[in-house]
Amino acid sequence: MSAQAPNDIAVAAQELTRVFGSFTAVDRVSFAVRRGEIFGFLGPNGAGKTTTIKMLTGLLAPSSGRGSVAGYDIGAQSEMVKRNIGYMSQLFSLYADLTVEENIAFFSGLYHVPREKRAARRDWVLEVAGLTDRRTRLTGELPLGIKQRLALGCAVLHEPPILFLDEPTSGVDPLSRRRFWDLIYTLTAGGTTVFVSTHYMEEAEYCHRLALMNRGKLIALDAPARLRAAATEPLFELKTDDSLKTVKLLQRMAGVREAAMYGRAVHVAVADRAQARAEIPRRLKQEGVALHGMDEIAPSLEDVFVFRVREAGGAPVD
Amino acid sequence: MTDAAPAIAVRGLGCRFGEIRAVEDVSFEVSPGELFGLVGPDGAGKTTLLRMLAGVLRPDGGDAQLYGVSVVRDPEGVKHEIAYMPQRFGLYTDLTVMENLDFYADLYGVPQAERRARLERLFHFSNLAPFGDRLAGALSGGMKQKLALSCALIHLPKILLLDEPTFGVDPISRRDLWLIVHEMVEEGVTAVVSTAYLDEAERFDRVALLHGGRVLALDTPARLQRGLSGEVLVIEVEAPRAARDLLVDHPKVRRVTLFGDKLHVTVASVASDGPAIERVLRDAGLSVHRAHKAEASLEDVFIERLAG
Repeated sequence: MSAQAPNDIAVAAQELTRVFGSFTAVDRVSFAVRRGEIFGFLGPNGAGKTTTIKMLTGLLAPSSGRGSVAGYDIGAQSEMVKRNIGYMSQLFSLYADLTVEENIAFFSGLYHVPREKRAARRDWVLEVAGLTDRRTRLTGELPLGIKQRLALGCAVLHEPPILFLDEPTSGVDPLSRRRFWDLIYTLTAGGTTVFVSTHYMEEAEYCHRLALMNRGKLIALDAPARLRAAATEPLFELKTDDSLKTVKLLQRMAGVREAAMYGRAVHVAVADRAQARAEIPRRLKQEGVALHGMDEIAPSLEDVFVFRVREAGGAPVD
Repeated sequence: MTDAAPAIAVRGLGCRFGEIRAVEDVSFEVSPGELFGLVGPDGAGKTTLLRMLAGVLRPDGGDAQLYGVSVVRDPEGVKHEIAYMPQRFGLYTDLTVMENLDFYADLYGVPQAERRARLERLFHFSNLAPFGDRLAGALSGGMKQKLALSCALIHLPKILLLDEPTFGVDPISRRDLWLIVHEMVEEGVTAVVSTAYLDEAERFDRVALLHGGRVLALDTPARLQRGLSGEVLVIEVEAPRAARDLLVDHPKVRRVTLFGDKLHVTVASVASDGPAIERVLRDAGLSVHRAHKAEASLEDVFIERLAG
């Protein structure tokens, strides 16, 4: 073990930075993930999440700063890092023309699972991922949600203490997403640390803590409930007969910071609560929009995400 | 249905791949200017259905007419009426944003005189204007999707066919993308959109729930939500996963599902069953922060219909 991180820290980043030419993709990012924690990594497309994950998994060298994973330095000991992690990305590399079992056997070899343990590990993965009756099916024929469970199973064959998941559920339907998270919880019951990036705010709620990145910088880090509870700005939910028209009207009003459709309702963040209560109904009435309800609400994680990114200068421009 | 001739009329449409029936005997109509959603689990047939509507995959049963043009008899003719955005849209990564837009404008035969106005409009929503000279391959995922949608919309189609347009897109870019789609629909364009986000589907005029290649339910989101049997009790509780496991076999609980950090418990009646359920949690030492009756979300309906 390196002396860099204390024993209860699974993943640590200190001033981690990556520069591509004149572009700073990751800018002095520091955080520590505790052992056994499910740590969510959020941010707009292009915020630097994948670059950070690539550095932490030893796939990309940092330009400056340091990081450690499972106690190993990500720069000097990247081979040891790779041996101690499981990694799955949205572009996971299962072989479509191999069967489920053959994929498991292939990855067992790749991850150096001891021969005498392979059959037991295979059966365990088939069992927990619900794949036992599909063991001889060609992987390419399986629905996406099931492929994703197989990919996750393959990533944990060698019982890594730390699991990195980069947008593992993109494009997966809600039922499959729930099963996938149940699987994550089952797999990690033994204390595995999970580092996961996602665009689904509902999944972010399943994490113990969330890091939010924007433009290469870490802009928030806390438990989901605490992020929601932290003072933001007054937020109202409007129910009207024309959401699109409402959003467009609100976006042009002074004192409105953000207006967006949210299901069939509209969420509007404002500078001044009293002014909004007076002005918004009047304006909608003027424009012939019927207002069925206007309630101040607690922000959802999506509202918090949008707010924090806006406060940090807006979404990245690439 | 309105009296007007439908924009899209699907009759007994089917498609097989070997032994797999990807789409089977699907029929529905979409009215002009309607925003029509396709939802369903992976492998339900959403992409196959959209590909047949776009005239790029030949059905082996039934037919679909887009403004009277048959996808079976005239698959090329259909392409003049539509903008089709597949999940992996063919952007040229070695061309710039502007070059991609010009390329698609040429492909669709958009007159030079009209291009400027169309581009300005698309840039207004997409916020892509500052990146005209950037290579498409150097854009982030959200920007790529917005460019793809802009390319698909460069020729003022009558019908939009979008296959999971918000795949891998962050919440901020998602808002931009939806505003573009809603604008087009407001102007009378008909849109058929598949999505894995059910909060998005709540904004559709009507939603078809597909499963195993068939239409399992088709209605407005509000009517689908009212059709849920029983009532939904939303519980905010410490350790929601443990709480779910406690309730899953409770006789009064028809279904219990985790929604983020909340539980949605479907019961016959919240008024008569709610107190007993809260007691189960409290007796197990879990503190219940809040419990209240809520309208069923489309996701509650989706789960009930699919989980059976």
